Amino acid sequence: MEKKKKSEFSKYPAEDKTILIIGYVLLGLFILAIILPMIYIILASFIDPVTLQNKGLTFDFSKWTLTAYERIMSNKQIWVGFRNALIYSVLFTIISVVITLLAAYPMSRPDFKGKGFFNTLFVITMFFGGGLIPTYLLISNLGMLDTIWAILIPGAFSVWNMIIARTYYMGIPNDLQEAAEIDGADEMVYFFKILLPVCTPIIATIAMWQFVGMWNSYFDAMIYLNSASKQPLQLVLRSILIQNQPEPGMVSDMQSTAERAQLAELLKYATIIISSIPLMILYPFFQKYFDNGIMAGAIKG
Amino acid sequence: MGQVSGENVSKNTGASKLHNTLVYMKQHWQLYLIFMLPAFVLTIVFRYLPMGGVLIAFMEYNPIRGILGSQWVGFDHFARFLSSPDFMRYLMNTLKLSVFGLLWGFPIPILLAFLLNRILSSKTKQKIQLVLYMPNFISVIVLCGIVRILLSPTGMINSLFRTNINFMTMPSAFRTIYIASGIWQGAGWASIIYTAALSNASKELKEAAVIDGANIIQQIKAVEWPAIKDTVLIQFIMSVGNIMSIGFEKAYALQTDLNLGTSEIISTYVYKKGLLDGDYGFSTAVGLFNTVINVILLISMNKIVQRLNEGKGI
Repeated sequence: MEKKKKSEFSKYPAEDKTILIIGYVLLGLFILAIILPMIYIILASFIDPVTLQNKGLTFDFSKWTLTAYERIMSNKQIWVGFRNALIYSVLFTIISVVITLLAAYPMSRPDFKGKGFFNTLFVITMFFGGGLIPTYLLISNLGMLDTIWAILIPGAFSVWNMIIARTYYMGIPNDLQEAAEIDGADEMVYFFKILLPVCTPIIATIAMWQFVGMWNSYFDAMIYLNSASKQPLQLVLRSILIQNQPEPGMVSDMQSTAERAQLAELLKYATIIISSIPLMILYPFFQKYFDNGIMAGAIKG
Repeated sequence: MGQVSGENVSKNTGASKLHNTLVYMKQHWQLYLIFMLPAFVLTIVFRYLPMGGVLIAFMEYNPIRGILGSQWVGFDHFARFLSSPDFMRYLMNTLKLSVFGLLWGFPIPILLAFLLNRILSSKTKQKIQLVLYMPNFISVIVLCGIVRILLSPTGMINSLFRTNINFMTMPSAFRTIYIASGIWQGAGWASIIYTAALSNASKELKEAAVIDGANIIQQIKAVEWPAIKDTVLIQFIMSVGNIMSIGFEKAYALQTDLNLGTSEIISTYVYKKGLLDGDYGFSTAVGLFNTVINVILLISMNKIVQRLNEGKGI
């Protein structure tokens, strides 16, 4: 294997080799830039707050401690955040995927009357919007403030995902539908029994994006939800990481302001690690949908 | 079946066309009432009703009286915003952040795709891709949290260079932080679409080029670039179209009281004015101004690309 690689590389003429080496070095640097901060944060999260502040990383293991993890895990609010984020993400994914998949079906049928109208109606919303305040006032007038519906419903229909699903449906051979029609199956039967089962890759891709998107978002929750008991994880993280306000009880037993500040800093490292664990567990499962997600991903990214 | 009815329609007059449509809708009522209705209702309520709500940009909006009872003020809010001393600063902050972000951020995914394409072993390539795509799954809050702790006076960067600089309070550092962290997070994932386009490049064409003695630069010019050119153009138009809709979430999460000189952009200003200060009409006017610029940019960009690209746009 190693030999084969070498021989392929040696096939290149000298000037190409230079270009290749420069290229590989650049790629290597980029990868290091991604990995190094992650390793640093993992290591730093175990280090005694005073040592971390004064000396940075150390491999003197007597200075290592689990205190940050203990304090975070024993705090209630972060678990409330995890629970809410899970509930919101699961429900949002289900609602959004159902509505989007349903709407994509008529749009994929060549004979659907009104396709042009619906298409224009939907595509316009990709470029124009009422903006923050009108949307906020609407949500408020509908009585949805500080309810889970403000998070789940307004963004449930995604035009991009509808287009992606529609394109996928259109790639399904027509004979399936003709056979179903001859058998007397109506649209509902055809859609649920025949079409959806062959579309699982794209359904999984869309579901993954909606789930990750909801799990990672904070803006809607920040403006629509006020109660602490309804906060999703990202808002809890925001107060710890961005606003420098650890949850009450995480640092309050410390005597001096300096100690509290050092501990609060250490808590940030451990918070980042703990909040990333679900993602790290799911990441390998996401991987097989990356290729399906090319369109979705490029658009979102 | 669809074709036959299509021919009939073209022969018929307008009235029976309508009749045909009604018959079709009756026959296929499920398509309308079950498949389309939820998406239709959500679009009308949550996308189009707020568009009507931009009327309050021209009002002194009073939440108690509502839209019908509030007083019209015409273009007063716009005039107030355009003549305020901060207007130019917010506009320039927004434009600079997104234009520089585009200039730095747009070519890097393309470069990454070319580099990945030259990795000989597909196993190595997969592992590299796994690392490259990972940051894309990190949330904005966690990303900004990482940035803040790495750049804090006692963080990784400062302890690496034995300095004690508080980057997060420096207005001059904000754009660099914003753009670099954006590349760190997004460049790998953005390269996926180019990698896919490159893998569609004709292998035979490439082999022919290699046999003809083409070097890497020539191969890129003759085979690889043509394979991704269209994708690059589309991505570019999309990015330019989004120049003014630059994300609120990240800018807001990287703001500190001391770096507002460069970090206050139109979207964060709209949020603060509208939801924190309750100045609804004014805030909506600022947001509408932003949307209008964005649409003008998108349309003119599409025109330019159409001209350069033999009439093909999006």
